[in-house]
Amino acid sequence: MSTEKKALITGAEATRMALDEAMAMDPTVLVFGEDVADPEGGGNWTATQGLSTKYGTRCRSTAISEQAIAGAAVGAAIAGMRPVAEIMLMNFITVAMDQVVNHAAKIRFMSGGKTGVPLTIRTSSGAGRGLAGQHSDMLEAWLAHVPGLKIVVPRNQADWKGLLLSCVMDDDPCVFVENTLQMKTKGEAPPKGYRLELGKAAVLKPGSDVTIIGYGRPVNDMLEVAEKLEEDNISVEVVDLRTIVPWDREAVFESVRKTGRAVVIHEAVKQFGVGAELSACIHEELFSDLKAPVGRIGAKYAPVPFAKHLEAAYIWSQEDIEQAIRKTLA
Amino acid sequence: MLDNVSPDQMPDNETLIEMYRKMTMIRLNGERFATLLRTGRIAAPYYSARGQEVIPAAMAMAVNKDDYLVTIYRGMHDQLAKGIPLRELWAEFAGRETGSCKGKGGPMHITHPETGIMVTTGIVGSGMPIANGLALASQEKGDGKVTWCSFGDGASNIGAFHEAMNMASLWKLPVIFVCQNNQYAEHTSYRVGTSVDSIATRAISYSMHGECVDGNEPVAMLKAAEEAVARARAGEGPTLLEAVTFRFEGHVYGDPGKYIPEEEYNEWLAKEPYPAYKKALVEKGHAIEEHLAAIDQEITAEIDDAIDFALNSPYADIAEIGRDVYVEDIEP
Repeated sequence: MSTEKKALITGAEATRMALDEAMAMDPTVLVFGEDVADPEGGGNWTATQGLSTKYGTRCRSTAISEQAIAGAAVGAAIAGMRPVAEIMLMNFITVAMDQVVNHAAKIRFMSGGKTGVPLTIRTSSGAGRGLAGQHSDMLEAWLAHVPGLKIVVPRNQADWKGLLLSCVMDDDPCVFVENTLQMKTKGEAPPKGYRLELGKAAVLKPGSDVTIIGYGRPVNDMLEVAEKLEEDNISVEVVDLRTIVPWDREAVFESVRKTGRAVVIHEAVKQFGVGAELSACIHEELFSDLKAPVGRIGAKYAPVPFAKHLEAAYIWSQEDIEQAIRKTLA
Repeated sequence: MLDNVSPDQMPDNETLIEMYRKMTMIRLNGERFATLLRTGRIAAPYYSARGQEVIPAAMAMAVNKDDYLVTIYRGMHDQLAKGIPLRELWAEFAGRETGSCKGKGGPMHITHPETGIMVTTGIVGSGMPIANGLALASQEKGDGKVTWCSFGDGASNIGAFHEAMNMASLWKLPVIFVCQNNQYAEHTSYRVGTSVDSIATRAISYSMHGECVDGNEPVAMLKAAEEAVARARAGEGPTLLEAVTFRFEGHVYGDPGKYIPEEEYNEWLAKEPYPAYKKALVEKGHAIEEHLAAIDQEITAEIDDAIDFALNSPYADIAEIGRDVYVEDIEP
């Protein structure tokens, strides 16, 4: 084992690395959003710090105008640019939903392929910061219900950088969801040029008894619980979806076909969530292979609460994961 | 019509006749759309722009073919003025594979980048933020293009309008916001839905050049269009151009427009721009009747050909549902 200390980066730095590399290699990459330029602090989490100094007007701060931000990204993308629009928090996407849903997602189809919209919307969210009901929602299921968008949620800083760079260079509209709790925490730094293919899940830990599938911050708890359950001779296969749309059916089905059991977890509200779709597809595809019904974990059916104890009880926990896994084995 | 124009302000006859050609193109295609709907030969939503022919005719004279256009569901007049080929347009109206969007967008989403028609939206007020993006791309690329963004009076009451005005002004984007104030937002009259006497005055709030022009007067409209385009092209920023006009045919085909008081309707009808322009061109010696009649015939033949082409074109394969959702085909 190497004694060399691995370089670490924060989530904000992962964003900065990805955008800097993209802007350096492709002059059509533009970055705009609230506070993103250096005079305004280089972004809410300093994720875009340095870009306006280095790339001039290609990185612009905007007014608090989500419709104008998203719309400008749509228009610039149609005209051959690769805009990266920041919508500071995922709840604010609701203000720009017309541009995202009616335009970014549908213009390629409605134009019969005459035009395309290679934009990326960077946004962030996550419960656990005590920001309550309008600053913490995970709304990926809303977006996943609209054909035409790609949706990506990284679990750690290295994936974050690799997936964001792929989103920016992708020719379809992508929504990239960063977790606010990981903006200032550190993870292993990826090498320069690091990219991860969209639409590909990762098997992070092989196992034979049950598959647990998730994305974003819960994946790290999935790994810890899986390690712990080894002590009880429960072999858990951990699958990080990475891309929500298009999700990697092949990888998921291959894993569940092998284990015969599955649990799906996400931070977002359980009801009508991404887990419902995955669970339904697993049942449809692998019914005869299943040894137990697919388990689902998600947030309770309520807005994200403010008080620490309520917020903690609202989202997933390692206990929830362990319980759900044990239930499939019962 | 064509009155009170000093000789040095009067465009040459060639320009006046080209505007007539564009207006006739709009007029005759519009009439034909209604006929085809009435006779059941096509089934499609149709938002007539009868009465608004002058505005796009003038705008199209002022911009280049490769300048961008963002328009709305009531956009056939803009698209025709910009020069969309009739066969692709009609095939799209008829939902055919040979249509500009393979029959997947229809009349509300006509797209034809070859003539600069980049977006046609069915959502009121959504075009302005997108137009900013196209103009931002031009500004960053330095390609010298301008973006003509067309919308109605109703759209000026949507939040996106105000967000877009603010951004366009701050960034001095090469965009011309052309508000076709046709007096009615769906069924609601301008006075009931809009708090200001003139939409152009809203430009003041955004430190933007605003101008209200008689959108039924070809010379005034052309001059305003040329000035706005020159301003955008010179890097002097956007213009909000309110072109005052009237919508004669109701909001959508089948709407008899009963909410429009008869007196108001008749007042506008008496000065309906297309017939008045045709008459003035001849009476004031800019064109001879036979020449205009020949243009009419030529356009009628072109429409006949386009409709024949459209109605005899195949429908797209069902597999088209899985195409263009993303770059790569999917199993939908």
